[in-house]
Amino acid sequence: MADDVKKLSAELAQDPDSLVFLRLAELLRHKGQLDAAHRVALTGLERHPHLADAHLADKHDFERAFDEWDMALRIAPDHVGALKGLAFLYFKVGDVQQAAAHLEAARRVAPDDPGITQALALAHGGEGDQAPATGAAEPMAPAPAAQPLEEARVFAGLEGAEEGLLLLDPSGQVLGGALKDPAGRDVTDAVAAYLAGVSQEAGRTAKLLGLGSWTGLAAEGQHGHAHLTPPTGSALLLVVRGRAVPMGRLAIIAQRAAVAARRWLEAQA
Amino acid sequence: MTTAPPGYGRVLDLVTRVRGVRGAMLVAGDDGLVVAEQLMEGIKGPAVAALAASLASRLRRALEAAGVGAGQFWHLQAEQGALLVVTAASGVLVVAVAEPDVNVGLVRLELLRAAEAVG
Repeated sequence: MADDVKKLSAELAQDPDSLVFLRLAELLRHKGQLDAAHRVALTGLERHPHLADAHLADKHDFERAFDEWDMALRIAPDHVGALKGLAFLYFKVGDVQQAAAHLEAARRVAPDDPGITQALALAHGGEGDQAPATGAAEPMAPAPAAQPLEEARVFAGLEGAEEGLLLLDPSGQVLGGALKDPAGRDVTDAVAAYLAGVSQEAGRTAKLLGLGSWTGLAAEGQHGHAHLTPPTGSALLLVVRGRAVPMGRLAIIAQRAAVAARRWLEAQA
Repeated sequence: MTTAPPGYGRVLDLVTRVRGVRGAMLVAGDDGLVVAEQLMEGIKGPAVAALAASLASRLRRALEAAGVGAGQFWHLQAEQGALLVVTAASGVLVVAVAEPDVNVGLVRLELLRAAEAVG
């Protein structure tokens, strides 16, 4: 691990404008060198105040943008740019409550920032036809007003919501999302049928082994990766991606989708 | 820990020597019967084998339907541990039971090596 720090430090010294600062800061944080991690993160964020915006502007890659702001915030919890960036993303996917919470946190750090005050007023008031003008999102086109999650939007804002995310009840009935195979054929119903009962079986296996409740099931196939997770006791969430998406990243995508699914299921109850 | 026949024992050693692995098994994928096992006391090998085979079968069908192809490796994560499985070319499942903080990447590699040795 010390070698990794040296290697990343050398890379950063060679190219101070690269995003390698994120990995270096995260590594230092894991090693417990919190001051060093904080310094590296802040210096990097000063060079890249809108690091996540490129993904949004180019292809509306919310997940990538979310990951980057999220990572920045873990390293530097009081970073106003990251708080505003995440607030904007939450607003975009309709989660006004989370957007407001992040804006409140940003206001505690920067009480004199008029942009935050305006965005908070918009978020609390639910009026206007644009996403909060957080500053982190200035390159973006105007966004539609935030709406509560609707049935059809259980995975709103998540990458692959219409082709690689599926929420099922215990009997294999589709609750949300859809699945397409690599040829573009809709395979939602077939996959749902095969997965009926998997949640119970995974639960029984974990129980028999004395492992407690099951929390996830990752599978690696010849052409792709899949991740199953129980967002609630009885429902089952499937996320499928090509092999280019590493299994660790898929687990993060699945966790995020599980949060959306849980929220949606609670709203339906 | 229970012991396996010598030939399979060496294959299972590949897996059980990884720190955090509590046991390993070879399971017939089609009927869920134990072929060989090296398990810590208290793990119910035959029952785990039957459930692992059943889960593997369901997953294989689901993954094939999803266009992901035949499953090569799967990993059941639980609060207090994990079950990791690789399917050998013959259909035999190489199964590991592990602690929650096990190095999953390393276990996966050893399971793949073991599956190759099983054929």
